[in-house]
Amino acid sequence: MTWDRLGPLLWEAFGQTAYMVLITLVVGGFFGLVLGLGLYLTRPGNLLAHRVVFAVLNVAVNVVRPVPFIIFLVALGPLTRLFVGRIIGIEAFTFSMCFMASFVFARLVEQNLVTIDPGVVEAARAMGASPLRIVRTVLIPEALAPLILGYTFLFVGVLDMSAIGGYLGAGGLGDFAIVYGYRQYDWAVTAVVVVIIVLIVQVVQALGNRLARRALRR
Amino acid sequence: MTSIISFRDATKVFPGRGRGQDVRAVDGVTLDVRAGEIFGVIGYSGAGKSTLVRLINALERVTSGDVVVDGVPLASLGEARLRPVRAGIGMIFQQFNLLASRTVAGNVAYPLEVAGWSRARRAARVAELLDFVGIGEKAGAYPSTLSGGQKQRVGIARALATEPRILLADEATSALDPETTQDVLALLQRVNRELGITVVVITHEMDVVRSICHRVAVMEHGQVVEVGDAYQVFSAPGHEVTRRFVETALRDRPSSAVLARLRKRHAGRIVTVGVDEVAGSSAVLTRVLREHGVDGTVVYGGITEVAERPYGSLTVELVGGGGAVEGAVAALRAVTSVADHGTAAHPAPDAGPVTPPGKETKR
Ligand SMILES: Nc1ncnc2c1ncn2[C@@H]1O[C@H](COP(=O)(O)OP(=O)(O)OP(=O)(O)O)[C@@H](O)[C@H]1O
Ligand SMILES: [Mg+2]
Repeated sequence: MTWDRLGPLLWEAFGQTAYMVLITLVVGGFFGLVLGLGLYLTRPGNLLAHRVVFAVLNVAVNVVRPVPFIIFLVALGPLTRLFVGRIIGIEAFTFSMCFMASFVFARLVEQNLVTIDPGVVEAARAMGASPLRIVRTVLIPEALAPLILGYTFLFVGVLDMSAIGGYLGAGGLGDFAIVYGYRQYDWAVTAVVVVIIVLIVQVVQALGNRLARRALRR
Repeated sequence: MTSIISFRDATKVFPGRGRGQDVRAVDGVTLDVRAGEIFGVIGYSGAGKSTLVRLINALERVTSGDVVVDGVPLASLGEARLRPVRAGIGMIFQQFNLLASRTVAGNVAYPLEVAGWSRARRAARVAELLDFVGIGEKAGAYPSTLSGGQKQRVGIARALATEPRILLADEATSALDPETTQDVLALLQRVNRELGITVVVITHEMDVVRSICHRVAVMEHGQVVEVGDAYQVFSAPGHEVTRRFVETALRDRPSSAVLARLRKRHAGRIVTVGVDEVAGSSAVLTRVLREHGVDGTVVYGGITEVAERPYGSLTVELVGGGGAVEGAVAALRAVTSVADHGTAAHPAPDAGPVTPPGKETKR
């Protein structure tokens, strides 16, 4: 196949990847943040310490996170059907990505929050701040730089997940590389895709580093 | 005198971890802090000082008993109702606990945001506070660029922002060098005098108590073992722990090693005479020696201030003919405490530990 025909297909694949990754970053980022805060806050000795809630969250994150994504896709099938209506296609695949990304990011968020000096939280409490206000004005601002770096890390992980979109007919750059590169023995196509992905990662990583550094200016 | 903070058989038990024993961090404390005073709480590490003070703003809740702050019994209040109470009590910390993500001004504004002040009123108040603590020019700086003393000033400004009636200071000077410690203590004293704020100071340094506290409680194993006027506690410590603390703050009494060296240099009779407000100043010593025709040479000791009143001891070598020295020692004993160390030729090995004046009456 010539690039005349491949070009538009590549562009389409890029669009699919962008769709999957961006939605996952927003949805997974949000729920990951909420879950991570939940883990941190309900941990024994912390603001909203709650043994049971903490144990449930902790086990859930520990169980989901190590499952290889390709197996997770299958395991999540029933839930995907319930929420999306079908288990193949880009929506179904993105749903699974959001799910996995939430749990991955939850742990990252929690790990960054535990590095905050508990004394600062205590000071805010002593000034009469409510837990919600402490989350908004102490926890997130104080951990902002590592959170940005964690989010950048999540981006790379999500891009990685999106590569197997072809299995569920979700398309994307990974699928494009397999269908038009690998299976056609066209190494140039594979190489082009790899270069594009490397470039995207480089740009996003540089951006993340920069934002984190700015957040750290103190 | 009205009490602003009142512990009523307050007890705090932390459940033991795993199979560990429960910890009675505060054990049946009944105590009153008077409005307008600087109240010290002293004790060794683990005595329960921090827990005690955290009961005042309910960062810890009592297990039993109660703490009444400004007439409000805290034990019965729920978390949401406690928040306004906390907002009315300032607190400063050993590690300052400033927000690294905010500037100095942003840190001082924090409690005002919590209290719902408008932006304009906040700005005015922050400027006023930074001026009061003497770091107006640092408003835009981040905490990481400040020295320890400056950080604690920010901490104090932040604690005073909402015009609290009570300021709690948990080891507020323990991370500072001696000179900065004095600056911060002087600032706390100003807070107390100029703003009329009741200050509760936690410390394990008797020097802090000596410098600024009006009254002091001594804690051990969660209990208050002694409480009273700082000067009284210094001059007549009733408990072993108190005595050890007093000794660390007053280095005017010669140890046995010092005494041995003094005897080498001075052949005459060596006595240590207590000097305090009750027993009399060093003028008494001078007068007695003059009346008995005895020469006195000060060889060791010092007079310092406790709660802004003179306190200490002088060790003197007495030289005189006939029974003059005996007479002088007897006359001194009548007005103050005297430890007689004898002479180099006839040392009095049994002079015992040199006691602070007034203590003998307590024994
Ligand atoms: N949150 C907690 N959980 C369990 N035990 C605690 C807790 N806080 C304090 N303790 C225990 O209570 C006792 C008193 O601690 P506290 O911090 O009040 O002592 P402190 O006098 O302030 O000591 P320091 O001078 O070291 O600060 C200690 O044995 C401590 O281990
Ligand atoms: Mg402490």
